Amino acid sequence: MGRYLLRKLANNLILVLLAASLSYFVAGLSLHPQSNYEGRNPPLAKSTIAKTLDDVNMNPDTPIVTRFITWADGVAHGDLGKTIDGSPVNDEVGRRIGVSTRLLLLATLVGSVGGVALGALGAIKQYKLFDRVTTLASFFILAMPTFVLALFLKLASIQFLGAGTIHFTGETDPEFAGHWDFAALGNRAEHMLLPGLTLVLIQVGLYSRYQRSTMLDVLGSDFLRTARAKGLRRRTALVKHGLRTAILPVVPLLVYNIVLLFVGATFTEKAFGWHGMGELLVNSITRNDVNATAAVSLFTAVLVLIAGILSDLMYAALDPRVRVR
Amino acid sequence: MTDSTNPSQPSDSTRTKEGLRPVTDTRLDISQPVLEVSDLHVAFPSEAGQVRAVRGVSYAVRPGEVLGIVGESGSGKSVSSMAVLGLLPESAAVTGSVKLNGRELLGLSDNEMSKIRGKDIGMVFQDPLSALTPVYSVGTQIVEALQIHQDLTKVQARERSIELLDLVGIPDPKRRVDNFPHEFSGGMRQRAMIAMAIANDPKVIIADEPTTALDVTIQAQVLEVLKKAQDVTGAAIVMITHDLGVIAGFADRVQVMYAGKPVEAGSVDEVYYSPRMPYTIGLLGSIPRLDDTERRALTPIEGNPPSMVELPKGCPFAARCPIAIDRCREVEPTLSVKEGNTHPTACHRSHELGDTLDPAAIYPVPEVPEASDLEQRPRGERATVLELDNLTKHFPLTKGAVVKRKVGVVRAVDGISLDIREGETLGLVGESGCGKTTTLLEILDLPKGQVGTVTVFGKDTRSMNRADRKTLRRDMQIVFQDPMAALDARMPIGDILAEPLKTHGWDKERIAARVPELLELVGLNPDHADRYPQEFSGGQRQRISIARALALEPKLVVLDEPVSALDVSIQAGVLNLLDELKTRLGLSYLFVAHDLSVVRHIADRIAVMYLGRIVEVGDTQSIFDAPSHPYTQALLSAVPLPDPRRERERTRILLTGDLPSPANVPSGCRFRNRCPKYLSLDEAEQLRCRDEDPASAKLADDHSAACHFAKALEVI
Repeated sequence: MGRYLLRKLANNLILVLLAASLSYFVAGLSLHPQSNYEGRNPPLAKSTIAKTLDDVNMNPDTPIVTRFITWADGVAHGDLGKTIDGSPVNDEVGRRIGVSTRLLLLATLVGSVGGVALGALGAIKQYKLFDRVTTLASFFILAMPTFVLALFLKLASIQFLGAGTIHFTGETDPEFAGHWDFAALGNRAEHMLLPGLTLVLIQVGLYSRYQRSTMLDVLGSDFLRTARAKGLRRRTALVKHGLRTAILPVVPLLVYNIVLLFVGATFTEKAFGWHGMGELLVNSITRNDVNATAAVSLFTAVLVLIAGILSDLMYAALDPRVRVR
Repeated sequence: MTDSTNPSQPSDSTRTKEGLRPVTDTRLDISQPVLEVSDLHVAFPSEAGQVRAVRGVSYAVRPGEVLGIVGESGSGKSVSSMAVLGLLPESAAVTGSVKLNGRELLGLSDNEMSKIRGKDIGMVFQDPLSALTPVYSVGTQIVEALQIHQDLTKVQARERSIELLDLVGIPDPKRRVDNFPHEFSGGMRQRAMIAMAIANDPKVIIADEPTTALDVTIQAQVLEVLKKAQDVTGAAIVMITHDLGVIAGFADRVQVMYAGKPVEAGSVDEVYYSPRMPYTIGLLGSIPRLDDTERRALTPIEGNPPSMVELPKGCPFAARCPIAIDRCREVEPTLSVKEGNTHPTACHRSHELGDTLDPAAIYPVPEVPEASDLEQRPRGERATVLELDNLTKHFPLTKGAVVKRKVGVVRAVDGISLDIREGETLGLVGESGCGKTTTLLEILDLPKGQVGTVTVFGKDTRSMNRADRKTLRRDMQIVFQDPMAALDARMPIGDILAEPLKTHGWDKERIAARVPELLELVGLNPDHADRYPQEFSGGQRQRISIARALALEPKLVVLDEPVSALDVSIQAGVLNLLDELKTRLGLSYLFVAHDLSVVRHIADRIAVMYLGRIVEVGDTQSIFDAPSHPYTQALLSAVPLPDPRRERERTRILLTGDLPSPANVPSGCRFRNRCPKYLSLDEAEQLRCRDEDPASAKLADDHSAACHFAKALEVI
């Protein structure tokens, strides 16, 4: 098992390097940072623009390979370069990872557990009222674009609870920013309510559909019947033998989705004004910020690597049939 | 009553060496039934209406007794046992009474039933592959069964589960206890199931088709284990199966079910030797038997079982019954002992059977088509249709993701030679995993490479070009095991039959004329050509498959387990059809099957395969009357006969263990590590078996075996 994982890790590291390099080239060739400075009134001197761009290693007159080598050298030493504003990308990314983690950790946990539970329950109560309602609600949410759902939740909170009852813009109210005392935590929780709910609803909707169908496959299985014939109560048998087996095919999906959400919660972050990694992905591209774009790509590639290994580990832990001896 | 729950209590008093006898002994209080089912009804709602799956089942079993419940698929035999355990879905409406030691079980809550399931009633299911939870080790699952009902610590429960595994004959149980189900073979999984069923010394064991998915030699082992389990626990067994042979040797009493109702019940001797219900008579007449010496046509029961949604008025069997009278279509008969009978039947005319009606003569015996001129010619004078010479198919076993290293060889087919002449049926038999299917696929592939040659109609497949191959394929067709999977559900059967014709360039008019002709040939209505496969029953679908294979007028038809997915009463009709077509059209068959009785019925010659080799080959008579390879002998002796008295007298040659992996073939004779004969040899002789791979040696004109010490033995 250890050797298998090491080999897999080595293979995937190569893939991460390839992906990151390729995305640097794509970003470097297709983004035009100079356009941020062109066409201003009064116009900036060409040399000034070139100087500014040289400072951040984004001058299109420097050959792409040379720029890449400079960037790659920095990355190798733990420096992701500078943003187009000249501040270090490391700081920017570090701050934003913190934001995304605070937003997503709890939401993905609740979303996955809720999705699995709801899906399994829906399968057990197939075609009963509970199943019909959850199925309908899931498809309703899945069919709705994220920003519509976010907007809907905002409006609903204002409509039913009154404007200002729930503060939902940003991570905290300005006066609590940077504080971690009890009152600040309460404020943070309040701010997390709506974006968290958005993420939870989407995840529950998605995962519950998968879990429902895999659980349905298991419900008619012979081993579940055996478990009950041994004398296990229905509920114990359903959880211990049924759900335990039905969750296997859902595990890789869960792991990949959860891990990749750390760069994929773009719309939720945008809608609620959280400055996380998802927002950076969009912002860096619109601002022609080559280094930030490359950093987000690298981060994503690393997440894929982590998700792959995590899902392999989880699967092997849960299913003895795939363990390598 | 308490005696019967004591595991150390020998139940020998209820049985003799010859087998189980109806209980007359009075030393134990065994007159009281332990499980009593009366007037059980089960109905399910469905879109088409209410499915009345069980319509009044009653039986009682006493400690140490074995009750067999026989019936075809859909007869309600499994549903009734699920109802006893309270394991039916909530939507099922169950009425009647189920009493365990006098306590009513119907209506108990799930919690209360949970205390009975697995403790007082143990259960063994059909498919051991899917009946164990794949993610828990075998030990964990037995420990769980123990800890639900007994106050045992983890260590104690584990000790006990090792004991149980040892009891059911799992080798090296200390190590095996930690294996997962996928690391067990089919036979071992079924043993583990039995271990689980007897873990809490149940009073009743319900076994639902416990050996159906297993090979005959493994079936014999598992039945032996089940008997041992009964000895140890003194439990009553309710054995549900479709196999009349298994019941004959195993049960004391038997109940025959049809359309959700028992139609005949009695001791095995009564039911097998003097059946008084036309369905039972038909069932017994429709099975090919291993001990048939004469070639005869089987008597199929025409028609299909009725739909359980809209049961016709009167007797549900009336539509298929050869002696139905008007009354049968009006009033449904009840199960009772009719005048002059020894045991209860549900038939209006039971009293006439055995009196004015001869039970053996009520079914019209189909005529055996007279042997054609071709079939009468001596074998040596007929042309060879297919010849295999040292056919070999090895698969490399590789390791490594990027660079594949060869770490071993799977010897799926390891040098087989045989030939089929015109108008002849060769039966290829062997257990699953012996290489039968690979052999078939190799032949149909018309191989170019590999070792050995395949010669079809005198042409070596290695020297053929594309056009030759296409022509040759026309002359060789195949019929698969599962007719539903082999027919495209989206095509009307007319199109299915026309497809091979189109492929080989027939024009429209000829195809239009050929399709109805083919349907008629296999006994189907030509007007049904525009129907879809799912509108036909299993037997009819297999007839369609046969018609498709015959569309291009082939000379050789390869039949891969063509009747094993069918119920016995349907199977007989298909076998008769195959027999008739062979004579009429001068076909040759390569018939692959695991059911030796079927093979005996249909084949002219038989080749027995073991681990990629043919160990014995010869004409049917020689193979069955004088089997000379120890493997053939074991195989034949493992097949149960539908004849209770003979079953009791037979001694089985039990093989130990499972078929070895073809990736790891033993040295010398590949059968030696399971061979019963090997054990009786002296050291010098054993050495020969270990070192020298036995070549096929001629024993008679058309009979040879690959054994150093081949000697005929009567085993049937």
